[in-house]
Amino acid sequence: MSDLSGIRRGHSYYEATARDRISKLLDSNSFQELIGPAERIASPHLEPLGQPCSFNDGIIIGTGNLNGLPVLIASQEGGFMGGSVGEVHGAKLTGLLERAVDEKPAAVLLLLESGGVRLHEANAGLIAISEVIRALLTTRKSGIPVLGLIGGAYGCFGGMGIVARCCDALIINEEGRLGLSGPDVIETTMGVEEFDSTDRALVWRTVGGKHRYLLGEVQCLVEDDIEAFRAAAIEIIDKVQPLSLESLEQENLVLSQRLANYGHSQDGAEIWGAMGIADPQKLPLMDIPSFLKAVEGKVQGNL
Amino acid sequence: MEHLQFEFECSGNREDSQQATLSGVVSSGNLEVMLENADLNGLCRINVSTSAQGFGEIWQAVLNDFVARYNLANLQISINDGGATPAVVCLRLDQAMEEYLEIST
Repeated sequence: MSDLSGIRRGHSYYEATARDRISKLLDSNSFQELIGPAERIASPHLEPLGQPCSFNDGIIIGTGNLNGLPVLIASQEGGFMGGSVGEVHGAKLTGLLERAVDEKPAAVLLLLESGGVRLHEANAGLIAISEVIRALLTTRKSGIPVLGLIGGAYGCFGGMGIVARCCDALIINEEGRLGLSGPDVIETTMGVEEFDSTDRALVWRTVGGKHRYLLGEVQCLVEDDIEAFRAAAIEIIDKVQPLSLESLEQENLVLSQRLANYGHSQDGAEIWGAMGIADPQKLPLMDIPSFLKAVEGKVQGNL
Repeated sequence: MEHLQFEFECSGNREDSQQATLSGVVSSGNLEVMLENADLNGLCRINVSTSAQGFGEIWQAVLNDFVARYNLANLQISINDGGATPAVVCLRLDQAMEEYLEIST
């Protein structure tokens, strides 16, 4: 018999579908879908291009409870066209955020997994992203926390990378990736000498969960377990600070300091060393508890 | 894209459920299957939208087997397919039916 003792128990967030993530993240049986598949609100742009559509257009939205608190939730399905944002997909997300302003839930949870704009829908997708950002900021301004959860196989890139960083707080697993241009895009446009997208260690040192946590862009780093995401989300809702001019100016200050301190760095590990972390090369191999212990007190921007 | 429609005379009934169930994800070699109640005069109707053209006969064979297994009347099945193999189609259909029957009872 093989030794299976090292296999982690629980439900992998990374491997779950968008729908499974919702059902295991929220209180059981509390999820009510809005604009469900039976309404067949699918993309009108894919059929003429010979592409199959999805009845959800790659995103599931609805209402539910998190630890007894009413929340609105959206979950992007990376498996469908890389979680890309088309016109309908974006409109569902915008509509959910606008609904939050009216309904005043305890929070909006965005389970982000997307390569960004769906290029098949070009301008409609780009406009959708800007509408999502505006709706997200309006939601935050009305005092409703918006939390982003990242940890799927497709990462969170492009326009959705921007949307993620507009959230009040982000929760990520080690497998999660967050960025603007994804590794393949950088390699294609700048050349393999600039960035080798097949170098997985490099990719994770640059856009991976641990690095994003160390830079303070993500507030919570958790195990790849939906229950861990749930616990983090419950904990973080109460800690969110209101959106204000002061908080934005503070963030601006942190970002300009970061640019001054690390702008010349060539690699993630170089930044970690400059942050004063001993043996930065060892960070990628650590499990989450040892990692969090090793970097304690070094991270800015945590709630 | 190819759009196919199949209809089968079925005699089996089940408890009424208003809720549609959806299984699977539309991606390369994968598909989504939605099951809904519908007033179809004893028919089971299956609509397939697929990116793989010219496989109507294979769909017919796979769906014959599926309908023979469950024989449920007044059922609308809608499929968006990203070029799944017959084995994957069978699996998803069974998965969708399992969920559907769970909700219905």
